[in-house]
Amino acid sequence: MASGVKPRVKVPKKAAAGETITIKTLISHKMESGQRKNDDGSIIPRSIINRFTADFNGQNIIDITLEPAISTNPYFQFDSLVPEAGEFTFKWYDDDGSVYEESKSITVG
Amino acid sequence: MNTTKKLTSALAIVAAAGLTTAAWADPDDDNLVINEEIEIVTETAAPAHMENVDTIYSGWRFRSDETQAVQMDDFDNPAMIFVEAAAEAWNAADGSEGKSCSSCHNDVESLKGVRAVYPKWNEAAGEVRTLEAQINDCRETRMGAEKWKYTGGSMAAMVGLISSVSRGMPVNVAIDGPAQSTWEKGKEIYYTRFGQLELSCANCHEDSYGMMIRADHLSQGQINGFPTYRLKNTKLNTVHARFKGCVRDTRAETFKPGSPEFVALELYVASRGNGLSVEGPSVRN
Amino acid sequence: MELTRRNMLVISSGTALTAALGALPAFASMTDDEIAKITGGADTAEGAITLTAPEIAENGNTVPIEVAAPGATMVALFADGNPTPKVATIKFGPLNPTNAASTRIRLAGTQNVVAIAQMEDGTFQKASANVKVTIGGCGG
Repeated sequence: MASGVKPRVKVPKKAAAGETITIKTLISHKMESGQRKNDDGSIIPRSIINRFTADFNGQNIIDITLEPAISTNPYFQFDSLVPEAGEFTFKWYDDDGSVYEESKSITVG
Repeated sequence: MNTTKKLTSALAIVAAAGLTTAAWADPDDDNLVINEEIEIVTETAAPAHMENVDTIYSGWRFRSDETQAVQMDDFDNPAMIFVEAAAEAWNAADGSEGKSCSSCHNDVESLKGVRAVYPKWNEAAGEVRTLEAQINDCRETRMGAEKWKYTGGSMAAMVGLISSVSRGMPVNVAIDGPAQSTWEKGKEIYYTRFGQLELSCANCHEDSYGMMIRADHLSQGQINGFPTYRLKNTKLNTVHARFKGCVRDTRAETFKPGSPEFVALELYVASRGNGLSVEGPSVRN
Repeated sequence: MELTRRNMLVISSGTALTAALGALPAFASMTDDEIAKITGGADTAEGAITLTAPEIAENGNTVPIEVAAPGATMVALFADGNPTPKVATIKFGPLNPTNAASTRIRLAGTQNVVAIAQMEDGTFQKASANVKVTIGGCGG
């Protein structure tokens, strides 16, 4: 696991059934592009988050393939329907094989 | 050729649009409220000691709408990643005394207001201390821990954490009494031309704020928003690291971060922002 | 035909796109190659999706962009002046009500950001935005 990686998610705690809510996600990650060079001229190897997914109760909301052109500390904002109470699960896939997960529950009423 | 003509006029339109947008002059009129809660004073009457400026503006007012927006919500503000890390460091014991920051100061909220009055005269030490110097004094004297690098990541993050609880409070550094001679020394540095380019702080940040220096929109060089997350290096930057960058850009040998010269300059520059809100950790380009 | 800024404008105008690709495939840019991989050379229409990006970015390291693609199943984002043009591919799931997303991207210089969307009916939509990336006077 790359060091200092920490996912953060902002989801409302409560919504009306069928409501559209906005979700924000941010994960601390260098997103080393593979384009930069060390002082000695050698290429710093690519090390990025290459995929991000968000699901709710097993149904997909968004599935993003990231390239090195995504900025340091990848940030995404998107909307989701909330058909019922349940749990959001978020996953970030690192080039090094690590998968970082975060989940948030939401109530309806 | 017809296509060529069309393209040329299209290019002219693009160029004209670019010029209109690039013709920034004064700070914009935007209003800064963080988290829809913390109201930030980004414009106010200059403190009495400033002879050549009537109104002072936060650097936030000189940035583009996109950059401004990043600071308006703590979730969007990447500086908060570092602040969160500092909150963990706050509670982590370090050094021979087995103490953490919280051992003496409890919650970081207990330091609310501290950022607003630093740099500040320290009677026991007989000198003006920056927040960074005070943190290192705590680490060495009370915790028995190693000093942090003055402009390093741990230091910038801790100053960011301590600043964050004072956001919205007016900067109010004391410039009289025992601090006066340091303040005067800082003022002298501010107006002294340095480097091969023979530029003083005042040449850019007092005489020319609002103008473009190449593609940069010059601000007043206020430091009420420090530490600041810069888009260019995607990390928190300390005041002295920024001073160093500025002086280097005049093609001068710079003073060292933490040096008496930069401490004096920080006190003086901070005093030019007396009345603006503490804004750190801010977001700049 | 060299790949000049002027020609890039030709290529990026919707009607000229297929003409340029059809006539001179050997000179197509890397971005056009990537787009062709998605569309299989099919026409791209404009107007159904929107791409929002700043006219001028204060720093190319962190440029906020937003794509809104109602009726799309997938949007691919490209930056035609980057060393590698691919930026991200966004697939919208069944729970996504707006098919919109915001993120922050890196741009190596002034260039076009291009969004290609695959719509539910299999057709393709395109939107692009020119972003000027400034090079600051003060390295600090």
